[in-house]
Amino acid sequence: MVENRPWLDALTHLVLVVGVLIVAFPVYVAFIASTHEPSAFVRGVMPLLPGDNMVETYSRMLGEGLELAGTPPVWLMLTNSFWMAMIIAVGKIIISLLSAFAIVYFRFPLRTLAFWTIFITLMLPVEVRIMPTFAVVADLGLLNSYAGLTLPLIASATATFLFRQFFMTVPEELMEAARVDGAGPMKFFKDILVPVSITNIAALFVIMFIYGWIQYLWPLLVTTQEQFYTIVMGIKRLMAQTDREPDWNLVMATVILAMLPPVLVVLSMQRLFVKGLVETEK
Amino acid sequence: MASIKISSVRKVYPGNVEAISDLNLDISDGELVVLVGPSGCGKSTLLRMIAGLESITAGEVRIGDKVVNKLEPAERDIAMVFQNYALYPHMSVRQNLEYGLKNRRTPKAEIEQRVNEAARILEITRFLDRKPRQLSGGQRQRVAMGRAIVRQPKAFLFDEPLSNLDAKLRGQMRIEIKRLQRSLKTTSVYVTHDQLEAMTLADRLVVMNAGRIEQVGKPVDLFERPASLFVAGFIGSPPMNIFELATLRQLPGTTLPASIPAKADLVGIRPEALRLEEPAEPFIALEGTVELIEPVGGESHVYVNLNGIETLATVVVQGRLAEGEGSHIKLFMPASALHSFVSETGQRVE
Ligand SMILES: Nc1ncnc2c1ncn2[C@@H]1O[C@H](COP(=O)(O)OP(=O)(O)OP(=O)(O)O)[C@@H](O)[C@H]1O
Ligand SMILES: [Mg+2]
Repeated sequence: MVENRPWLDALTHLVLVVGVLIVAFPVYVAFIASTHEPSAFVRGVMPLLPGDNMVETYSRMLGEGLELAGTPPVWLMLTNSFWMAMIIAVGKIIISLLSAFAIVYFRFPLRTLAFWTIFITLMLPVEVRIMPTFAVVADLGLLNSYAGLTLPLIASATATFLFRQFFMTVPEELMEAARVDGAGPMKFFKDILVPVSITNIAALFVIMFIYGWIQYLWPLLVTTQEQFYTIVMGIKRLMAQTDREPDWNLVMATVILAMLPPVLVVLSMQRLFVKGLVETEK
Repeated sequence: MASIKISSVRKVYPGNVEAISDLNLDISDGELVVLVGPSGCGKSTLLRMIAGLESITAGEVRIGDKVVNKLEPAERDIAMVFQNYALYPHMSVRQNLEYGLKNRRTPKAEIEQRVNEAARILEITRFLDRKPRQLSGGQRQRVAMGRAIVRQPKAFLFDEPLSNLDAKLRGQMRIEIKRLQRSLKTTSVYVTHDQLEAMTLADRLVVMNAGRIEQVGKPVDLFERPASLFVAGFIGSPPMNIFELATLRQLPGTTLPASIPAKADLVGIRPEALRLEEPAEPFIALEGTVELIEPVGGESHVYVNLNGIETLATVVVQGRLAEGEGSHIKLFMPASALHSFVSETGQRVE
């Protein structure tokens, strides 16, 4: 819809600007707090301009962490979180692409049952089955490992379901043309199906990356060694200090740092999204 | 290049839907056979069984002298052109053309040469580096054709390849397909809804009805001597006028020409064959009022409400009709232009 009415333009801009302010202001406050001394945030009157403690705070958090709170250096936790989110996102996408491919393009016995079994697991997220899952992971000796952190979160009904829906909208003739052109099932999958799903894959990647990034409960259970701590756990540990006020500047610096990777992922995938919106044709 | 032999083929879809029943058809090498018939009569099903995209319930399909029932589409060495083109959207035109050849491990130099040759024939060289979505419908159609011809297959299978194009482009592409098929001499099976396409393209025309073949023959033969009421009604546009002999007999002052067989109880006449002046041969005369005139370019379709007959008669008149709508006219059916049928079996009688 393209309309040309100046006051409408102004109004829509106003709404958008207010929306952005509401969302962005807390982030701004967090950033400001991370640049002042620890006491500045709790003094009652919050500063609204950056202080001069920024370099010190950030380099300290990135490099050493906070021994007192049992927090390893932030860069270590960022790396852990990054690999965890990455493995979860990529793993989920590969597994659900393959299972959706099987469900949509192959006729095998109990196909519908297989689909519904996958579908039903939607109702059983990790939080619900946490005890049995923990028992299994512990028995397999996967505590304190990337495998233990990621495997239970990878099996994904959501992504399988979304890919199934998408594959069903891909014209059947495309598969038939590929068959006539001499492409076997896996060749069709690799050469045609995955490339035409690329915008969906990008969208799911972002969602799944963020899903992996914000995991808290599961990493808390399966990691006991600092070298496997994730960033979200780290933030929580920084805040939960006994007998003293948390160092808000440190907490906020960590929060700001924790925000950066997801933001980068969204930005880098943005081009594909826009492409996906513009090219509706298959 | 090869002949295609279809023997006693049946197709039953899950749910006991019989789409094709006991069908026989021989297509000789280099021939272009067009399948026509009403929607749902099994044209696509038959084509897809030849292609290998649909399993064959019973019977045998041979391409060349090989039984292909159990072969994958790619192993049958056929190429198919789909109604919606089914171009790979993420590949450039060149990649679309190359894909089938690459899968068959054709040497690089040969791929290059064949793609360029096909692009030249179809005049799509300029578009080789574009994606399908950057092409118009007609250009996409050419690419789809190109994808078929680069493979140099034993047979082309077309499923309504032109029905997504506008009328003018359809006419152009029809002529090109015919020319291309003539020069390549590749055996082709072509499914269409379009009368004109069917009549002009076909070396032989196959009229199908409810999973069976009604009649096979040269388009002109089917037009001039339809073997059944169904074919008579299906081939030709506007369709043939059919009258009951019993009704005609009761019209005042009518004597039926002796050439009509005794067994017949229906006669048909093409709208083009109805005369406005008395012919020299025996005839049946009709009278009525002009209900509607449709001017169609060089000719006019005139719908006449006949005295004593329920159905409207259609007359094709060259140029314009002198009388206007509502005026009274006389029509003459020359005996030699009549087609006689038996209503019970629907078959033609001589
Ligand atoms: N996958 C299927 N399962 C069950 N029945 C089917 C299937 N495909 C087609 N049919 C049935 O088989 C019959 C023939 O279908 P087909 O697609 O061959 O018709 P068609 O002659 O190509 O029609 P159109 O001109 O509309 O394309 C139809 O009655 C249709 O309902
Ligand atoms: Mg069809």
